[in-house]
Amino acid sequence: MSQPSNVPEPQLDHLYQEVILDHNKKPRNYKVIPQPQLHSHGLNTLCGDEYFLFLNTSPEGKVTDIGFQGSGCAISKASASIMTTLVKDKTIEEVKILKDSFLDFMLKDGITASKEKIGRLKMFEGVKEFPVRVKCATLIWRTLEDALNNIHERKE
Amino acid sequence: MTNKIKTQTLDINKIREDFPVLAESMNRHPLVYLDNAATSQKPKSVINRMHDFYSKQYATVHRGVYTLSQNSTWECDLVRNKCREFLNARDTSEIIFVRGTTEAINLAAFGYVRKFLKAGDEIIISEMEHHANIVPWQLLSQEKGFKLKVVPVSDDGELLMDAYQKLLTEKTKLVAITHISNALGTVNPIKQITHLAHQAGAKVFIDGAQGAVHLKVDVQDIGCDFYAFSGHKIYGPTGIGVLYAKRELLEAMDPYQGGGEMIELVTFEKTTFAKPPLKFEAGTPAIVETIGLGPALDYVMTLGFDRIEAYEQSLLKYATEKMSQIEGLTIIGRAKQKDALVSFTLKDIHPHDIGTILDQEGIAIRTGHHCAQPIMRRFGLPATARASFAFYNTKEEIDKLVAGIEKVKEVFA
Repeated sequence: MSQPSNVPEPQLDHLYQEVILDHNKKPRNYKVIPQPQLHSHGLNTLCGDEYFLFLNTSPEGKVTDIGFQGSGCAISKASASIMTTLVKDKTIEEVKILKDSFLDFMLKDGITASKEKIGRLKMFEGVKEFPVRVKCATLIWRTLEDALNNIHERKE
Repeated sequence: MTNKIKTQTLDINKIREDFPVLAESMNRHPLVYLDNAATSQKPKSVINRMHDFYSKQYATVHRGVYTLSQNSTWECDLVRNKCREFLNARDTSEIIFVRGTTEAINLAAFGYVRKFLKAGDEIIISEMEHHANIVPWQLLSQEKGFKLKVVPVSDDGELLMDAYQKLLTEKTKLVAITHISNALGTVNPIKQITHLAHQAGAKVFIDGAQGAVHLKVDVQDIGCDFYAFSGHKIYGPTGIGVLYAKRELLEAMDPYQGGGEMIELVTFEKTTFAKPPLKFEAGTPAIVETIGLGPALDYVMTLGFDRIEAYEQSLLKYATEKMSQIEGLTIIGRAKQKDALVSFTLKDIHPHDIGTILDQEGIAIRTGHHCAQPIMRRFGLPATARASFAFYNTKEEIDKLVAGIEKVKEVFA
């Protein structure tokens, strides 16, 4: 039995890299922000992964504080943790560009995003070798998208 | 079959040769298929029978006056009789072909419960039910004002029979309970459950999706009013399953779906219905899937449930011993009467990560909530990993599973 031809041969160490395992073990910004300006709840109904995301912004449109809590696999939790570290102190416009670039990188075929555009997020390239796990990496970014659009509930 | 053959142990190597997919490799490893509670693999006899039927015998059923159709009808009737024999039903009219257990439950819900229960009547289910044995009753209850009551389970995953007895009242009109839990492996005392329900004047529906695969089912001995199972879990095709119901209930019930084949006479004013089983089988059925169910039942009946059970229990014992020795592994569901299935958690490692790493070792297990979210909630877990065994699995495969779990721990060390 073989994988579909457009998917590279999966390798576990591409999926479970040191950085990802570290963020899974010690998630950053793992906290509830009481009465946040923006928030959303992302749920992957198929596997049950779920996260609550909270953001505060400054009048100039910068993300001043971000936190998340919830449960899910190592990939979804690490992705959430890494996302919060990258988004903090960016303007909402910058955040939207990063989010769109990352989602394109993960979901579209043949996209080899440059490091300038998505930076450290390139480490999630290995997840694409495991097609069923891509939604784990994108869940928190979808939740972020919803929070920015004032949508408070997402089910995938 | 002679008694001599029956007492012999199973020749697992020979059995494995009957299931072609077991010789496949997965991610550069020999496939170790341990997701049998979700769906089981198919023996050559099922695959070949369906192929041959399409190649040489296929035609519609119950309609044609021509020989090919008459033969097709005859072959399907033979399978219906085999199902009767398999469940020890009194009559073939008590065997309704459905798509699977889910459709069987919906059929009973809409054909029986919808007609005979009144607002305020109570339906009892259990905390360990599959969503398929919760949602149909819930939908009807919301529409009709029935009350759904839930039998709790112990920390070991056993039904609390005292609590069950207390829930039974003169308002209880139906008890719908699974024979074997797909999430925990618990084997429920369905004969006792049925007896108590009947004393209270309630009918009993047994979800046999797991039960019919692992244990000999005798519906007359159990005494239940309904029993359902799916072909695809018992080494047969998808898209075919059986609802057994007592003849007098089927006579009284409303049809589930309207259409061709289930009628006697149709005018624009009124339709009279065919007698059971056809009353409940609207439209052209899954003919070749029905045909394929025959050799699947032959396969398990030839092996014999006494031998299947003895062997599967030896696998369960071995897996439980080996897996209990893994530090950080917790087995969820430790009922005294248990089917060959081990649901587990591993420290704080998410089941999906366990599943992905095992898959790279060629080992297929189920991870998630097993379509039984309430029982997951009962144990405070969002998900578990589950290895479920069939008679074609081996102790060597369990050793590979154990080695795979050790590898998961290394990755997450």
